[in-house]
Amino acid sequence: MSATAEKRKAKKAVDTFKLRFSAKSVNESFARMAVSAFVARLDPTVSELADIKTAVSEAVTNCIVHGYKDARGDAEILLKGSIYADGRVVIEIKDKGLGIEDVETAMLPMYTTDPAGERSGMGFTVMGAFCDGLKVRSAVGKGTTVVLTKKIGFGRL
Amino acid sequence: MEITTNEKDGVLTVSLKGELDHHGAVAARQDIDAAISRTSPKKVVLVLDRVNFCDSSGLGLIMGRYKKALSVGATLTVADPSEAVERIIKLSGLTEIIKTERSGVL
Repeated sequence: MSATAEKRKAKKAVDTFKLRFSAKSVNESFARMAVSAFVARLDPTVSELADIKTAVSEAVTNCIVHGYKDARGDAEILLKGSIYADGRVVIEIKDKGLGIEDVETAMLPMYTTDPAGERSGMGFTVMGAFCDGLKVRSAVGKGTTVVLTKKIGFGRL
Repeated sequence: MEITTNEKDGVLTVSLKGELDHHGAVAARQDIDAAISRTSPKKVVLVLDRVNFCDSSGLGLIMGRYKKALSVGATLTVADPSEAVERIIKLSGLTEIIKTERSGVL
């Protein structure tokens, strides 16, 4: 295969999934389990699996706690996953909730909208630290989409 | 999330088992705070060796209990944190504030 063809192949998802589920805290573990099952075929290490599960958990928790303010039982979260030929996994977590006014500030370590101290303010920091890529798109009143990229199995061959 | 509490000689020992995410943390918080209010301990020990998942909500739970313990004049210690708990505490940089002890028998 030519170098260009290789590159093109790497850019195309070899497998995808889409899930839609209620914005309930009990589904945080459901989302983690779904993503771990999806990436299992890439034979991730224990640490790679823990990284991606934790990052997904943070994003889904944000949808429930912030996007929907814990109160919208009928609200839904959309979870999409793609595996690429080069071993990259891209996970998208999307809500149609309140949105974030200032994404840059929200992503600062220890920044929290709950100064009473029950929330650590470390969600985005955890996502950034445990993934190879983190993108956040948000519009007030429309919702938030978080895109996580994780390389699985790189440097092991 | 399985929560067991035990008070002896001013030490409140709380053992958590399961996945410490936002869902688990809400239930754990209520139980732990009720136990702290009921027993007025001098020391709170959170035993976290059987927590097989922990994210920033788990970290929030630990920080929140640290503050709660402080408010009643008690100290808080994390005992035998699992790998899942340890990596989150390390990432947060709170290793100076959250005291960790190991029983040495694990």
